[in-house]
Parts: sequence; structure tokens; C-alpha cells
Amino acid sequence: MKYRSAFDIIGPVMIGPSSSHTAGAARIGRVARTLFARQPKKAEILLYGSFAKTYKGHGTDVAIVGGILDFDTFDERIPTSLQLAEEAGMEVTFSVEEAVPEHPNTVRIKLSDDEKDLELVGISIGGGTIEITELNSFQLKLSGEHPAILVVHNDQFGVISSVTHILAQHEINIGHMEVSRKEKGKMALMVIEVDQKIAQDLIEDIEKLHHVTQVIRMVE
Amino acid sequence: MLFKNVAELVELAEKEGVKTAEIMIRQEIEVTGLSREDIIAKMDRNLTVMEQAVERGLNGVTSVSGLTGGDAVLLQKYIKSGKALSGHTLLDAVSKAVATNEVNAAMGTICATPTAGSAGVVPGTLFAVKEVLNPTRMEMIEYLFTSAAFGFVVANNASISGAAGGCQAEVGSASGMAAASIVEMAGGSPKQAAEAMAITLKNMLGLVCDPVAGLVEVPCVKRNAMGASNAMTAADMALAGITSRIPCDEVIGAMFLIGQSMPSALRETAEGGLAATPTGKRLEAEIFGKKQ
Repeated sequence: MKYRSAFDIIGPVMIGPSSSHTAGAARIGRVARTLFARQPKKAEILLYGSFAKTYKGHGTDVAIVGGILDFDTFDERIPTSLQLAEEAGMEVTFSVEEAVPEHPNTVRIKLSDDEKDLELVGISIGGGTIEITELNSFQLKLSGEHPAILVVHNDQFGVISSVTHILAQHEINIGHMEVSRKEKGKMALMVIEVDQKIAQDLIEDIEKLHHVTQVIRMVE
Repeated sequence: MLFKNVAELVELAEKEGVKTAEIMIRQEIEVTGLSREDIIAKMDRNLTVMEQAVERGLNGVTSVSGLTGGDAVLLQKYIKSGKALSGHTLLDAVSKAVATNEVNAAMGTICATPTAGSAGVVPGTLFAVKEVLNPTRMEMIEYLFTSAAFGFVVANNASISGAAGGCQAEVGSASGMAAASIVEMAGGSPKQAAEAMAITLKNMLGLVCDPVAGLVEVPCVKRNAMGASNAMTAADMALAGITSRIPCDEVIGAMFLIGQSMPSALRETAEGGLAATPTGKRLEAEIFGKKQ
């Protein structure tokens, strides 16, 4: 079952006009912001496919920037987000890319400040539902059909088993799991798709683990 | 999952002697683990958003592109003139559906039902029927859960995305959902709600998604108008005792197959249909400047 909740059908509450080009775009921007964990100084936004062709009319640009400013899909500040970003001292650049993406609604977002940077690719697959397909050059595969979390952690022994142990304690069954890292001993990622709804206290339990830097809810 | 198709939904509601809305609430409790109070409060908030969008649209809005806006106001004035040929409730539903989609096009706040492009039909019909049936707040919330139940079946067995299934999947689904909700609010049985959904969807089969300039405006706003009137008519037919010869689940199955065989030019790519007309192309050039 692709759709699980009544609120997948009656919802989300959002700023128009398009669930895929506006609400989905805002959600991708907000995931980037959440992963960056603070307001960046610079945001570089590369638009592909249908996003590149119709972003102005759909407000895809203001929606993505709104998301980067941590606005939800229904935040009425979205239409004025470009101005708000400028006031907040965030430099925003857009570029329209010629390359044909795998999915028509694709965006690459690069966030940075003096200390760090982050690069992410997101796609908007319809009805406001999104997928993150790439993070800091890690390829992510999420079906979007099941609740999923992303765990950013240090590449140390025992972290994976600690996380799965917590899932077991909460009686959560793992449907699909991927682990990846760029360099031995450095930053690593876990993408976990599960069968049950993920409660907030479970996220908090994982966040408390040693070597875990961040836990992000990818699919509700 | 308590139900996977309309037949199971109707059977369960009738066995338990409750509305399909109640079955949807029970399923939501089971799937999410949230309490009944939380789930109802969440839908109550969505209802408030819909109420505010209708109100805002009836006061008049204009979209960013300038393509849409103001039609809800025109229609309300016409209704008040007393010259309207179709019934007051029907046109009221149409104007409120248009109002919602005009707000959507103007980057206002709406609740997707099931998508943003088809967000007018369910609230449009709800706030029109409300004037006649005088429902309680809880009954209005139930209206949305009925829509959710029927939409849930379509979403999982066919599609609610214009890119995947054409406009039949968006405004078609929304209209079928609304028809079922009207029937339940008016006191019809779960079976009658399913008949109303089947009758509505049958009249939406094959509807293509061909938005001018790729924007959720032309013809989306007016498709919501027709979707609302289609839902109202089908609901009255079902309440009159008329049934669909083809069962609701089979209509949904037909919709899925029709969507599959629809050419991509007619599935939200702005390459065919009204988007490809001389005027559609001219508007696109005006809005986005010359194509590369």
C-alpha cells in the first residue's frame, strides 16, 4: 500500500499552487535545512527537468528557499521567502540546468557557511511526497512507500547494532536497510525503511546513542 | 489495513452499522497508533484551512500569472441575482470549489484533497451542502473522513496523480470522494455512497491532464467547478436509489488502466490538449518568455 493514512488523501495543508512543485519543493528545502542543522550563509539551487521549466509559475523557487528557512509547506511567508532570505543574510543563487534528470521534478541544493557544506538531491514524486536521492555524494534509495529514517553517524563498530536494537525494543520491523560511508572511520549513513509508524520517542532514543550525530525522518 | 477496496469498506461499515467515515477513523488509529482525539483534532485543523480558503476565494483573489481569479466572486453575484438556472446549492458548490482553487493558484493556503490541483471539489461541495443539511462540526469532520476512505482506495488501487493517470486521477478522484461524502452526510447508506462514487467516476474516465504552461490554473480551476457539480448530481442520483451497473471497484480498475494507456503528452507535461492549443502556447510564451 503506497498510501497509508487518511491524511495522505486529505492533506497536506500547504501554500499553493502545486503539491509536487510547491509543497514537495518546500519539503526538499526543509530536509536540506534540517540536515544542515542551522541557517546556511549560502544556498545554491540547481533546477532540473520540469522544475527548471516551470519553477517561476509554480513558486518552486520561493518554496525551496522557504524550506531552507525552515518553513513548513503551509507557512504563509513562503511567497516572500526570497526577500526574507536576503534580510536574514542568506545568499541565494538559482541555476537552470540543461541535463535531463531521471525524474522530471529534480533539484540539487548546496548549502554552506564558513564551517561546513552540504549537498543534496531531492525529487518530488507527487501529492507533496518527496524522496532524497543523494546526500553529500552518498546515493540514497528510498521507495517512499514505508516510513523511513536516516541516521548520520561516525563509522564505528557497534553503532548499527545499537540502532537496530532500539528498533527491536520498540517492536519496529525493518523492511529495508542500507549503510554507506565515504571513508573508513569518518561520516557514515544508515537508511532504514520500516513497516510501522516511527514514534518521536524512538527518534530521541537513537539520537542519544554514542557516535550518532543526527536522525532524520525521511518518510512519515 | 481494515479495507483494501470499496467492497470491503462498504461491507465492514454495514456489518458494524457505522459510516464509512468511522471505518476510516478506526483504520487511522490502527495504522498510526495515534488516539482518536488526536486524529479528529488533526482533521478539524484541515477543515479550518478549507473554510478559510473558501472565504478568501469568495472575497476575490488573482493568481501570480494573472490567468485565474475572480470567477468565484462573479458566480456568487450571479446566484444572488436570482437569475440562475441550475439550483442554488449546485452553483454554491461550484463557486466554493472555484474559490478554493483560485486561492491555490494565488499561492494561498489550501488543504490538498487529494492534490492541490483538485483541492476545490471536496470543500466546495461540503460548504454548499452544509447550508442545506446544517451538520454539526463533527459531521463535517466525518465528511472529510468519508472522502479520505474512498480516496484511499483510489490512491492505492489506481492513482491520484495527474502525471500518472491524467485529470481523471485528480479531479476525477476528488469528485468521486465528494459524491460519497455528500451521500453519507445526507443520511445515505455506505452502499449508496459507493454507488455515488461509481457514478461520478464513470463520468470522469478518460479526462486528461493538460495544464496551460504547466501551471495549476487553466483548465484546473474550471475542472474543479465541473467536478463539484458532477459530485452533487451523482450524489442526488444515488440518494434517489439509482445504482451503477458497473461496481465501484471495477470503475476504479478501469480508471487505472485508462491512465496507463494515456499518452504522456496528456499526463501533466503541458505538451498536449489545451496546453498545445494556439492560445495555450501564446499564454505560455507570455508567462515564461521565449522558449530556448
